[in-house]
Amino acid sequence: MKNHDLVIIGGGPAGLAAAVSAKDHGIDDIVIIERDKEPGGILNQCIHNGFGLHTFGEELTGPEYADRFICQTAARKITCQLNTMVMDLKAGPDFKTVTAINRKDGIFQIHAKAVILAMGCRERPRGALNIPGTRPAGIFSAGTAQRLVNMEGLMPGREVVILGSGDIGLIMARRMTLEGAHVSVVAELQPYSGGLKRNIVQCLNDFGIPLKLSHTVTDIEGTDRLCAVTIAQAGPDGRPVPGSETRYPCDTLLLSCGLIPENELTRGAGIRIDPVTQGPVVSDSLETSAEGIFACGNVLHVHDLVDYVSLEAAAAGKNAARYIRGGRSAAGGTIAIRPENGVRYTVPAFISPDGTDETVTVRFRVDRIYRNHTIAVYFDNTPVSRRKRPVMAPGEMEQVILDRKKLAASPDLHSVTIRIEAPA
Amino acid sequence: MKQQELTCIGCPLGCTVTVTTNDLPGPDGENILSVTGNTCPRGDSYARKEVTCPTRIVTSTVRVRGGTSPLVNVKTASAIPRDKIFDCMNAIKDVTVTAPVHIGDRILSNVAGTDVDVVAARNIPSAEV
Repeated sequence: MKNHDLVIIGGGPAGLAAAVSAKDHGIDDIVIIERDKEPGGILNQCIHNGFGLHTFGEELTGPEYADRFICQTAARKITCQLNTMVMDLKAGPDFKTVTAINRKDGIFQIHAKAVILAMGCRERPRGALNIPGTRPAGIFSAGTAQRLVNMEGLMPGREVVILGSGDIGLIMARRMTLEGAHVSVVAELQPYSGGLKRNIVQCLNDFGIPLKLSHTVTDIEGTDRLCAVTIAQAGPDGRPVPGSETRYPCDTLLLSCGLIPENELTRGAGIRIDPVTQGPVVSDSLETSAEGIFACGNVLHVHDLVDYVSLEAAAAGKNAARYIRGGRSAAGGTIAIRPENGVRYTVPAFISPDGTDETVTVRFRVDRIYRNHTIAVYFDNTPVSRRKRPVMAPGEMEQVILDRKKLAASPDLHSVTIRIEAPA
Repeated sequence: MKQQELTCIGCPLGCTVTVTTNDLPGPDGENILSVTGNTCPRGDSYARKEVTCPTRIVTSTVRVRGGTSPLVNVKTASAIPRDKIFDCMNAIKDVTVTAPVHIGDRILSNVAGTDVDVVAARNIPSAEV
């Protein structure tokens, strides 16, 4: 049995930034547990540029962005235990029990005063999409293809169709094209893209790759290897429109159909999960329903920009440090944040009225594209702020910053409501 | 007169910007009559540049000999003309470097005649023997 003040599960962008922040807020005994052979997480395979515009004011590639934080953890002498997989997490008021395994130590347990969940997310696989057809080789999640091409130097195929317009799918459309493959089409079930605008421009438009919105794969052909897919238009009811089918001969189908926070450990610890985000329900200090267990990054909710992950993780690290130093979790009443009218969810889900930060950042996503709509905030039924946004899309995270002084000025406040409202 | 619709990529907002040009060729943008639809000055300069000389940072990988990883990812040190992307890819296709490689190490100079270097974007230590 080992004892540590803080165990961080996951050494990707969230785990690294949380560790740096916890250290800078006075916690020395920190261990990051990472299952891969190196820290950095998914950033290591994201070789495209565009990371860090907000954090560092320059456009870095994924590995460069990761390196900035790896250097910061190294400078602070923070231990990162690599090649180690956490198997189980148990909550408890005095200490949390982390059970992990690796080749050197076998199975071992750590008692931690606090834990930060930073396990990230994974891609929705074919099995979760219910696509008809055979089960040949040649069907990859976009992230798997990204790892093969960018880290292992292997080409998954030559004639490519992509289903789903998430950012990784768009990025891989360009990457496969640059490496000599032909990408014939990107099909997206929704009437809008799930990816960032810049990726539509620089990954599809630059190379003349068509994006077919409201289209999906209705058949997969091939016995050993994929030989064709059929793409059809999806009607308003989500069903294929008869007669709209086009057959695309291809040897590779990449799936970029959404990311799911990876919360097996969280569920195992009995922590409450939000049915919309599939991540833990957290307070404004990013603490889960289990005292002293915090969450940040894509395990909490899927982010669009890593810069926001780093910011959120820094907050989790700071709050975990405060908890370890003896600031107990907030007791008593809480203010619920209600997502309404186009707001799908909020992180955090509730606010502790006795928090100490000057502001509370509430992040959320909208359920469809809104043009010239307003983000309205209500304290109970009283309107407190309105902010007009030229465009909001489900693929891009929105935020509202609440002033703690205003919250404190309303001592009987039960709930904060965030709504999308049409122009007057 | 010609109108082109562009999506600004200056920030996640992605404004749709319309650039109106006259029919005369204008390599320095003197043929641009108006830029509309942008919500900040960055949109204006992006649209003017995108119509006259669009540029991109190119990222890819090259092989590594004797490293802890078989590949190192690389990038152009600054943006290159968009129509040089495939020339750039061809130039770096057959390059192999020897570990160790450090972020910022020059992999190729003046790639495809663009005056821009290709540099390493990741540290690859030598494999332990």
